[in-house]
Amino acid sequence: MLPGFPDAMPVEGFFGGFMIGLAATLMLLGSGRIVGISGLVARATMQSRSGVSLPVAWLFVGGLLLGAILVNSFIGPIQTRFPSSTALLIAGGLIVGLGVRMGSGCTSGHGVCGMSRLSPRSLIATATFITSGMATVAIANQLGWGW
Amino acid sequence: MRDAIVAIVSGTLFGGGLAFSGMMDPKRVRGFLDIFGEWDPTLAFVMGGAVIVMAIAWALQRRMAAPLFAEAFNLPGTSLIDSKLIGGGVLFGVGWGLAGLCPGPAIAALVIEPASAGIFALSMVGGMVLFRLTGK
Repeated sequence: MLPGFPDAMPVEGFFGGFMIGLAATLMLLGSGRIVGISGLVARATMQSRSGVSLPVAWLFVGGLLLGAILVNSFIGPIQTRFPSSTALLIAGGLIVGLGVRMGSGCTSGHGVCGMSRLSPRSLIATATFITSGMATVAIANQLGWGW
Repeated sequence: MRDAIVAIVSGTLFGGGLAFSGMMDPKRVRGFLDIFGEWDPTLAFVMGGAVIVMAIAWALQRRMAAPLFAEAFNLPGTSLIDSKLIGGGVLFGVGWGLAGLCPGPAIAALVIEPASAGIFALSMVGGMVLFRLTGK
């Protein structure tokens, strides 16, 4: 419980973040690569030629699903409050897909792996997408697209 | 073979971390971006936990000649800052703010909320196709 933020989950967040950090550590020290989910998804769907082999990309993506299933089955139901608007899901998905490829990374590659490496490129990218995301939510709320 | 084991264990830990931390909930993620509304700081704790662990991993990496199960490290550059990096970041932020989803949670949520996550994930791959055909 965080004073002033009744809905926040600081303890679960930090522990889940710790697991994400361990996942990225294993990939870095084990296979010598960073975990960039946008790159791995692009590779798994054959939208990218560089990076890991196809089976490795598929196994990683399959692991993401398996991790969610395990937590949902053994720890408790995962809360997933999605927007009800199909238009928002389609527009959001298209723009995210285009943006992460153009910017060579997302919250995992630039955010987790790049920031912890103090990579100037990733620090700039992360600051850009967080600022853009905050501005988007503020504008969407004004336009009545909030949910 | 060993890179296959690393991939599935790393993916499972990553998906489990996303699920446990509340990051598979688009409303909570959107709440982190809603700084003028009912701000939800959870994502900052997730990022903090992950970055602390990975900072230690990078310190170890710098002392290693090669990774444990591969011939060599294969890491992206850190210095190129161009209009594609900024433009891509701006676009990603727009989509992230609109739907409350970034790539990892969108994929992991396919097993919990297949219809909504499926629409988003298919559209996201559509965006990647668009980049492959027009970008570079």
